[in-house]
Amino acid sequence: MTLAVTSDTPIEDHRLIGHQPEAQGLYDPRFERDGCGIGALVHIKGERSHSLVQKALLMLTNLRHRGAQGHDAATGDGAGIILQIPHHLFSAELMLAGVLLPAPGDYAVGMVFLPRDDQTATAILTLFQTQCQRLGLDWLGQRLVPVDPAYLGQAGAAKAPWIVQIFIGRGSHTSSSAFTRSLFLARRLLEKELQLSPALQQYADDVHIASLSAQTIVYKGLLLPEQLPHYYLDLSDPRLTSALAAVHSRFSTNTFPAWKLAHPFHRLCHNGEINTIRGNLNWMQAREKVLAAELFGDFGAEILPLIRPHQSDSACLDDAVELLMLTGRSITEALQVLIPEAWQKNTWLDQARRAHAEYNATLMEPWDGPAAVCFTDGTIIGATLDRNGLRPCRYTITHDDLVILASETGVLPVPSDQIKTLGRLRPGEMLVIDTKQGQILHDRDLKNAAAKGPSYRHWLQSLLLPLVDIVDAKSPPSAKGLDLARLQTAFGITQEELTKVLAPMALSGEEAISSMGDDTPLAVLSGQARPLFDYFKQQFAQVTNPAIDALREDMVMSLTMYLGAKGSLTTPPSPRAHLIKSEHPVLTPGEVQFLRQHPSLATSSLSLLFDVASGPNGLHEALEKLLNLAVRAAENKAGLLILSDRGVTTKQAAIPSLLAVSAVHHHLIKLGLRSHCDLIVESGEVRSPHHLACLIAHGAAAVHPYMAFASIETLCLDVDNYDGLDAGTASTNYLKAMTKGLSKILSKMGISTLQSYCGSQLFEAIGLGSELMQQYFPATPGRLSGMTLLDLAQETLRRHANAFLPGPEAAKQLPPFGGLLHYRPHGEAHAWAPETIALLQEATRSGKSQAFARYSDHANATNAAPTMLRHLLAPITSAQPTPLNEVEAASLIVRRFTTGAMSLGAISKESHETLAIAMNRMASKSNTGEGGEDPARFTPLANGDSRSSAIKQIASGRFGVTINYLVHAEELQIKIAQGAKPGEGGQLPGHKVDAEIARLRYSTPGVQLISPPPHHDIYSIEDLAQLIFDLKNANPAARISVKLVAEAGIGAIAVGVVKAGAHKILVSGDGGGTGAAPITSLKHAGAPWEMGLAEVHQTLLLNHLRDRVVLETDGQLRTGRDVVIAAMLGADEFGFSTAPLVAQGCIMMRKCHLNTCPVGIATQDPLLRAKFTGQPEHVVNFFFLVAEEVRNLMASIGVTRVADLVGQTQWLEQKQLPKAHKAHSIDLSKLLFKPVPGAILAADFTPFQPDDYDATLLAQCQPALINGTQVVLSRKITNAQRSTGTLVSGEIARRFGAAGLPDGSISLRFEGSAGQSFGAFLAGGISLYLAGAANDYVGKGLSGGRIVIAPSRHPGFGHDPQVLIGNTTLYGATSGSLFIAGIAGERFAVRNSGALAVVEGIGDHGCEYMTGGVAVILGPVGRNFGAGMSGGVAFVLDSDGLFHLRCNTAMIDFTRMSDEGGPADSVLLKQIITRHFGHTQSFKAQLLLSNWEWHLQRFVRVTPKKEKQVSTAQPFVLSSVRPQRREALTHA
Amino acid sequence: MPNNPLAFMQVNREKLPQRPPASRQHDWDYIGEPLAAHRQSMPKQASRCMDCGVPFCQSSYGCPVENLIPDWNALVTQSRWREALTSLHATNNFPEFTGFLCPAPCESACVLNRENAPVAIRDIELQIIEQGFSSGWVAAQAPPVLRPRSVAIVGSGPAGLAAAQQLRRMGYGVTVFERGAKPGGLLRYGIPDFKMPKLVLDRRIAQLVAEGVLFRCGVTVGTEVKLSDLRASFDAVCLAIGAEQMRDLDIPGRELGGVIQAMPYLSGQNRVLNGEKEAMDIDAAGKTVAVIGGGDTASDCIATALRQGAKKVYEFSVIDQAPTERSKSNPWPQWPAVFKSSYAHEEGCKRVWAVTATHLEGEAGQVKRIHTTKSGTVTGSTASDQPSLAVDLVILAIGFTGVSQLFLADHPDLNIRPNGTLALDSNKMTSLPGVFAAGDAARGASLIVWAIAEGRQVAANIANFLESSSFQGQSKPDFSSLPGEFTHCTV
Repeated sequence: MTLAVTSDTPIEDHRLIGHQPEAQGLYDPRFERDGCGIGALVHIKGERSHSLVQKALLMLTNLRHRGAQGHDAATGDGAGIILQIPHHLFSAELMLAGVLLPAPGDYAVGMVFLPRDDQTATAILTLFQTQCQRLGLDWLGQRLVPVDPAYLGQAGAAKAPWIVQIFIGRGSHTSSSAFTRSLFLARRLLEKELQLSPALQQYADDVHIASLSAQTIVYKGLLLPEQLPHYYLDLSDPRLTSALAAVHSRFSTNTFPAWKLAHPFHRLCHNGEINTIRGNLNWMQAREKVLAAELFGDFGAEILPLIRPHQSDSACLDDAVELLMLTGRSITEALQVLIPEAWQKNTWLDQARRAHAEYNATLMEPWDGPAAVCFTDGTIIGATLDRNGLRPCRYTITHDDLVILASETGVLPVPSDQIKTLGRLRPGEMLVIDTKQGQILHDRDLKNAAAKGPSYRHWLQSLLLPLVDIVDAKSPPSAKGLDLARLQTAFGITQEELTKVLAPMALSGEEAISSMGDDTPLAVLSGQARPLFDYFKQQFAQVTNPAIDALREDMVMSLTMYLGAKGSLTTPPSPRAHLIKSEHPVLTPGEVQFLRQHPSLATSSLSLLFDVASGPNGLHEALEKLLNLAVRAAENKAGLLILSDRGVTTKQAAIPSLLAVSAVHHHLIKLGLRSHCDLIVESGEVRSPHHLACLIAHGAAAVHPYMAFASIETLCLDVDNYDGLDAGTASTNYLKAMTKGLSKILSKMGISTLQSYCGSQLFEAIGLGSELMQQYFPATPGRLSGMTLLDLAQETLRRHANAFLPGPEAAKQLPPFGGLLHYRPHGEAHAWAPETIALLQEATRSGKSQAFARYSDHANATNAAPTMLRHLLAPITSAQPTPLNEVEAASLIVRRFTTGAMSLGAISKESHETLAIAMNRMASKSNTGEGGEDPARFTPLANGDSRSSAIKQIASGRFGVTINYLVHAEELQIKIAQGAKPGEGGQLPGHKVDAEIARLRYSTPGVQLISPPPHHDIYSIEDLAQLIFDLKNANPAARISVKLVAEAGIGAIAVGVVKAGAHKILVSGDGGGTGAAPITSLKHAGAPWEMGLAEVHQTLLLNHLRDRVVLETDGQLRTGRDVVIAAMLGADEFGFSTAPLVAQGCIMMRKCHLNTCPVGIATQDPLLRAKFTGQPEHVVNFFFLVAEEVRNLMASIGVTRVADLVGQTQWLEQKQLPKAHKAHSIDLSKLLFKPVPGAILAADFTPFQPDDYDATLLAQCQPALINGTQVVLSRKITNAQRSTGTLVSGEIARRFGAAGLPDGSISLRFEGSAGQSFGAFLAGGISLYLAGAANDYVGKGLSGGRIVIAPSRHPGFGHDPQVLIGNTTLYGATSGSLFIAGIAGERFAVRNSGALAVVEGIGDHGCEYMTGGVAVILGPVGRNFGAGMSGGVAFVLDSDGLFHLRCNTAMIDFTRMSDEGGPADSVLLKQIITRHFGHTQSFKAQLLLSNWEWHLQRFVRVTPKKEKQVSTAQPFVLSSVRPQRREALTHA
Repeated sequence: MPNNPLAFMQVNREKLPQRPPASRQHDWDYIGEPLAAHRQSMPKQASRCMDCGVPFCQSSYGCPVENLIPDWNALVTQSRWREALTSLHATNNFPEFTGFLCPAPCESACVLNRENAPVAIRDIELQIIEQGFSSGWVAAQAPPVLRPRSVAIVGSGPAGLAAAQQLRRMGYGVTVFERGAKPGGLLRYGIPDFKMPKLVLDRRIAQLVAEGVLFRCGVTVGTEVKLSDLRASFDAVCLAIGAEQMRDLDIPGRELGGVIQAMPYLSGQNRVLNGEKEAMDIDAAGKTVAVIGGGDTASDCIATALRQGAKKVYEFSVIDQAPTERSKSNPWPQWPAVFKSSYAHEEGCKRVWAVTATHLEGEAGQVKRIHTTKSGTVTGSTASDQPSLAVDLVILAIGFTGVSQLFLADHPDLNIRPNGTLALDSNKMTSLPGVFAAGDAARGASLIVWAIAEGRQVAANIANFLESSSFQGQSKPDFSSLPGEFTHCTV
């Protein structure tokens, strides 16, 4: 038969299916991210229907707001559906073409995207047919899929492929598993052949097989959800029936999405991202040779790599699922291996299930990251969540046997009398509907069944050697025999590190803290010989996935590693090959000794030493030798390779351990030997968690930091020095600090398990040459090029020589001082050196430009070696400079200046208000920081000065973020990350929380406050879009800005942020200041703003989005020159923090975290605050001096307006460094890359236009606003209506301030399923009553209003509480009340600081970080209740008496109501429950009240430990709720 | 344990106590109370150090030898004296010299000096080193290797001694030439015993000797030994010859008896006390003394005169009395130009401000009266209302103008800067190849701490010179061609 396909669609472009641009400048497509909405619909009994398909498509449309559009509003980021094969449709259609299809199951359908060109498409199909024939498959025929291009957006149409269905019979394959395997092979062989074919390889990327299966088919494309059914005519064909469907609506971080990136894939659709993808791919590559041979015999070698590169992480996951299914696992088993639940610390799991999970863990590391996955094999369909439940999934079971699973409830309207159950997936939970058996399989049944099979426990017992059991980890280390000071010098350990980094770890078991920013040079610009680790910057999560709170949510973290040869995915493990189970990767001397000597472990030690005499070239030789030895050891079945640099002497230097381990790791992967062994590093270089993380992320499984142990032992020698700390305790503390620090680094990236972090390469190298990177650190980003291996060798030898050079201090009793943290003469360079500070203060106090010029010379390193990237750049002066008087006025330039987010709390009231006054005088903008702001400051002072910060920040702690705060802002800034410690939260220690700060933050004086690492309402890009939408509703006139921190890939994030609706993006550099941060974060996370800004600017230009947004940058900006360079790299606005503080008197004491600032800035101590001498004039002087410097530079460049500088990199050139400088080969051309010529258009601000639904509500509420008339309204509501009530609340706050309206002024009654953020920032006087259910973020920022949610009453609904609301309820609520006659999801009342809440059951992490208010929980609670709770009170009905196992007791105490609390508590509790019944008619409340005395005994009262100490005798009403709230509570 | 971060608020600055002026000004003993008795208060004083992120004490406003002040303060706070000593010696060869004598720019730059109560850095330094000596921790450090190169150092003041010790510890053969009978230069002949007992100097010289530094005392380079001979005999020469050229007062009556320069006056008294001399040429006993000049040397002259039994001592300063508070144009961390009283002022002298001597009147060739006028540059109200005063002795303590003219006259091939110091290249080498210079000879009369810093620096420069591949020199010093006997100096 002929294979020709024809179509009348005109050929527009041969690059058909759509491509992301190649990497250019700082843009690299590999950093693309996405988020989305997913859903699944199934008929439990397997009844196929077309109406089910139509309903699924309706669900998709109702998820539209979770997807996004690009610059072309008619082109979506992607939408799709997976269905059972519609046999009737296809057999009828194929009959017309003369093809008789065999019975269902005996043929497969392929959905193929082809280039829109007859000849090419035909050639590709011919090639496909050839592959099928090779495999013994029958090519039955093909069909051009009918589409209607009229519905495509412009961008979508331009890239639309031809879509062909191919039909393949099972041929010689008798078993369906063999058929499935051959179908898989056929696809892979086609892809491989295309790459090899000289004629077709240019189209290889354009061919996409969306599905090829005997069970399922995928319809998808670069479409908006509502376009999908119109585009594919099949989807409207009544013959197209299915009993199940899964849908996906995509939100990508670019505007050039491709057709093939749309979901679903072959088996699944995914909302989330795999953070550890690089490591997972490496590990798959490590094991794929063996696996491919086992699965595919001779064909195996042909189709490598098994996981295809250059595709999205979701597609990789899909590949992995398919592979595991080919090993004989069911789809649910495959997902249990890949996305395991957090079993390690879950004591509720039974032994068999734990053993099964652990068995899986020995075979494969988790694919870690936020995930809601809908999957199907055509018979069963299900969904699962990641271990931390970072994506929502709700489900509805109906009386007519439908199950609806989706990111939101209400996506498919179901009459309320049809609803049987409303539920949700918990973290790590799986729910499956088996259409064959016609039943729902719950998590427990599924996983217990899977655990039954073989005896996993028995296997593990014979396989695993737990390290803790065999070695006394406390065995004291030994510094004996080490020439300590010399070795410390050789390994770069300084006195400063000993006293300021190691000693605190040894003393307290915590990482050392410092403050202010990092003003030292990048390692590559440093004059010091820095360790290789310093060239590597930690990556971190921002926006597209959340950082994890490793401290409060420790239950999901696991540092367990299984050391030894990796097991086979196809065969059971052999008990002879032992695996070592280590609880954490830091090995003690005793442990490493054990591993070395254990007879059955086949450990091989490889030396990392090389001869100093061989000079710099010796390093390369030594590496080559090391690789050969490693290969030989792996081939000889060594299970553990210990790479050791013990034995450094005058003659022998050490290969940098990071270089060595990465080189060996990648070399063994390349040779297919990597799964034979694990790598252990024994190095004197290692001492900080950053070092540990670098090594593990580049392949090490465990690390023995022997010099750190020896140094600590020596520190402890003199017992008096450290409070008599003995070496054993010190080492244990050090271990604790190291592992905690490591957890934090993982969690910054949103990763929970060390197993998946291992080899993940989640670092960016700055200043290492591309050759060095490609050879030894392949795929770790390193974008500026730089040092060669020879340069590195020279630096290594220089450090070595420092230690062994004979000199006057020959005895070398102490290593060099250091100076990386604190300034020291001859130590590391600091931008804030004594002279810089003294000169700036002189200049800003006197206003003299000469002093400023001298300051500026220091800060710009005019006459010194460059210390910042921008010092390597020079503005090109024009031959015809502009006369200075033609350049725009300084008073206009200063309007582009802001001060950074420094909270009242971090800095003193005096300092905070001085900054605000100064900035307001100049029409510049100051920033509240995350501590709220006293409403008194919203009123100007008598002299006209205003203390109100123009920018109000919304950070993860949400302190003081009320509706009143929001409406008094010109700009609302969402802080995603902070330069000093991106990916981390913060803590305001109790001693800084005085009465005033507690008042503004709605907390208790003296009690520490926690800002969580993530915003608990931003786990994804669609969540950010939702928060932006909330804020726009609250204050339609405010600019919304989003603060990000520079890192590789920030460009893609920024695109997502713009698409999420932000007006401004702030790109912070890594050097930014802080009140307190762990030293490793201060120094090693994030990239310089120069790189981040340029990447964001370039990526936005490539996406045609630059004109939609204002760009700001900050992070150690100090001078006019800095401003001019930032403008040329793309910034419109410029933020300063440290410099204006120095102008106010800061002398960089780096004592902010101690509250002892001697100049009254970073302190709340009244005695110290009295020492504050800053004046607004000093700050104004500073900014005008900077602006004048900008003007002079602009004149010399020849431009008149800052706007004309923005993005104009042609006026920048790179300065050449002398050859001897190690940074001489650094290449900044990517920074200067200009994707689009010409001027950059400034983004215009247009105030927000509310949705009609909300605008109408506001209009109808006007009587209450204008003349106090009571308003009562009733409405239907759907999940598309989001942030309901927020718009009205903003108006109330604007008119009536914090007090709002009198209670009962506005009552709004809704029926249906409300969308996200129902009642967000609801002001006092409004009550929302919802009959139905709501989604995530109910009552976010509640500011006095009342929210009541109860189910619609129908007989079929039963009396059991149902899941009525989603995750993250009452986040940052300050007052008001919430009554839920049902169950809530995870994080109920998170960071509540004043609201009253009643609910009938909650998920995990209830009352997390709560600082005030009352939570009453009348039903089951999930795990980790009360983590980080430092205020307020919770009453929990402990029905099963097991509450104590579900709470996190680190910060809370609980008592039975019968024990204490007094009658006042009981009375109040009863009042609250009575009110709850009054509002909701809750069955549960009725039941409790009907036998109150008996039920009362079963309540526990939960209070924070601190608070309890303060007020044991008093009932909570007096102690925990401030007087002004008390009344509101009892009358709520 | 981490130090108390609020100690600077809770502990007051306390200086090491001095003996009451009335009791001390009649003897030549150290003016301070015994150090060991006050050592236990040091940890508390050291705890006041805030361990600044940017320690201004170590900046160009602060300590010239870049003492690791916050670090040894932290160690002293924990009473870790021995480690503190190691840290102190890492930057300063002779912390006792600076501990006794330094005007402590570190303290003026100390962040706590913003409120005029700096950490007592100098006292802490002194106590660390004295604890070191009394505990026997200050031992000779033999060079780890011996290098076949030799260096002659001319002058044994602090610069010469620092250079000598640094070079010796690097393994070079080092010979120090000293004009005086014993090594020490101004430390021995300029500084009065009551400011720093000679024992302090002697024990340090003993350490240098034990480390293998050769001293040749009583030899004047330029006359007894020619610089050219040293250059021929040594691989490198370092001139640490000070800035001895005294500024003079060119007014009528200068030639009268009883008008003397400060330096011969002070060194005379030192020689008498050392036993090198029987009696002073001119003694202040029973006389009315005018000291002209307002610096440290003037103070030493005042105190010496008082101890000799002067009837009355005046101090004439050309400048006006400084304000008690910093002026706006003189902010911290700059050196504070504020009114200060020295130990000598406390002991008793009449300070006369803003005056210039116009002429000296005498009888029988002896000065009898000094006439002054208001200084031209000042309009201060504190200027003397007595245009003339009866005096018996006038001591000139008005500074130095560079390297000794006598020395320069012998060495015309040495280039000189306008300020009278030796012209040096960036490696501290003079216009004569292989001849280096350090200390006051290089930078003009200055602080001891600068001399030590210079000595350390020049040692590094000399080592670089000797180790550079282009260096060609004799492998051994040839003593035989030099006159005189070269032996260990006994101290």
